[in-house]
Amino acid sequence: MIEFRYEKANDAASAIRMFACGDRAHYLGGGTNLVDLMRENIERPETVVDVTGLSQTIEAREGGGLLIGAAATNTAVAAHLGVRKGFPVLARAILAGASGQIRNMATVGGNILQRTRCYYFYDEAARCNKRDPGAGCDAIGGFNRIHAILGASPACIATHPSDMCVALAALDATVHLEGAKGARSIKLIDLHRLPGDRPDVETELAPGDLITAVELPPLSYAANSTYRKVHDRASYAFALVSVAAALDVDDRGNVRDVRLALGGVAHKPWRATVAEQEMRGAPASEETFRRAAEAELKDAVGLADNAFKIELAKRVIVNTLQKLTMVPGAGS
Amino acid sequence: MRYTINGKPVQAEVDVRTSLLDLLREHLQLTGTKKGCDQGACGACTVLVDGHRINSCLALAVQYQGSEITTIEGVGSHADLHRLQAAFVEHDGLQCGYCTPGQICSAIGMVAEVEREVPSALTEDLLIETIELSADEIRERMSGNLCRCGAYNGIVDAVHQTFARKTTKIFAKDAAE
Repeated sequence: MIEFRYEKANDAASAIRMFACGDRAHYLGGGTNLVDLMRENIERPETVVDVTGLSQTIEAREGGGLLIGAAATNTAVAAHLGVRKGFPVLARAILAGASGQIRNMATVGGNILQRTRCYYFYDEAARCNKRDPGAGCDAIGGFNRIHAILGASPACIATHPSDMCVALAALDATVHLEGAKGARSIKLIDLHRLPGDRPDVETELAPGDLITAVELPPLSYAANSTYRKVHDRASYAFALVSVAAALDVDDRGNVRDVRLALGGVAHKPWRATVAEQEMRGAPASEETFRRAAEAELKDAVGLADNAFKIELAKRVIVNTLQKLTMVPGAGS
Repeated sequence: MRYTINGKPVQAEVDVRTSLLDLLREHLQLTGTKKGCDQGACGACTVLVDGHRINSCLALAVQYQGSEITTIEGVGSHADLHRLQAAFVEHDGLQCGYCTPGQICSAIGMVAEVEREVPSALTEDLLIETIELSADEIRERMSGNLCRCGAYNGIVDAVHQTFARKTTKIFAKDAAE
């Protein structure tokens, strides 16, 4: 780890000022990813601005939405009654990730901006276009079980590792930002980028942009939502494939509305808009779910070790949606 | 930098790169807390900060100034074992013992989470108020603590004997003792 200057900000304005004044600055949340990356010399900030002192508040918004301060810990969000009651997919996604210790440390803002766990990104001896643009990618011909099947490029096949973000994508969450040019917001699904030929540029954030909060807009049927994660160990492992879903079935048993997002499959949390469109108005049946899953995965590309994830993703989509049709009050 | 460690005020001046784990072990000679992977994967470095369990290897010491930190040295002593430590002995919850301080601190933090009704990945009904600390729940909630000797059955038995079938009220009393 190289030497750095440590600053602690107690509000967004001072954090942004400290970032602007510092050399090669980086915001620091719970540290569960950044401290590890600094120790491995993958991240080399010269100024570290600690933003864990910013808002941790989780408050109800008019109409049934929730506003979550960026410094709220993952545990606090998963344990919050309003989240458990109104947005169970978010509580379940967070609880499916990491360990109790890490969830106690990790913040919402840090979770969103964590880096991929691609082994080659972490290994300074390997070629990686994310670490060293133009160097090449050793994952493509290497061990790529945990890598992307959707939206990858010849430059990068890394996946975004977050579970929480998959739920936020399904819930159409908005991320509130403050930066040198003032406050703005961006949808979570627009915040992360696909790799293209610049996998080192992972988000639409400008240097110094600070995540201050995440807002869940009201969603009438969000209580009928869940998260399903398939991983190589029973607990404490990153997703091979995960599915966040919310389903609204009408009295005739048709899909009135649906939200679907996938994790472990792409460089960003993957909102399955093609599948959603396929399902709206159709019978809430296994056949519909399978057709929607096929449509979403139509352009999926498998590599030597991860082609199994294409069929796996389809099955997990169908299974997760079927579970949501079995809930009392969710149609016939 | 000031801390309260195992109930005592402590002052230390260290490089900002120092992890809380290295502060404890290298600067304060509290070597009960162990360094396993040093990257958040094994849980051997688990300590309690203001009652919450964390991986001290991923924590920069500078971030935790002013906190109350409890390490294994503050949980019990040879002469006066914590009930959970005694249960680990009784149930063979260890072989080499390297992961044990982390397991013990983690279990104490885990029970405090159960008391605060924090659900887990196994919780079927997210609105349930009383969490039954079954063997499966213990395994899920303790999954951040690895044991290379594979003493998991003994660990689960020890945690279960110590903390299961108690009401949340009794958990609270335990934490205060």
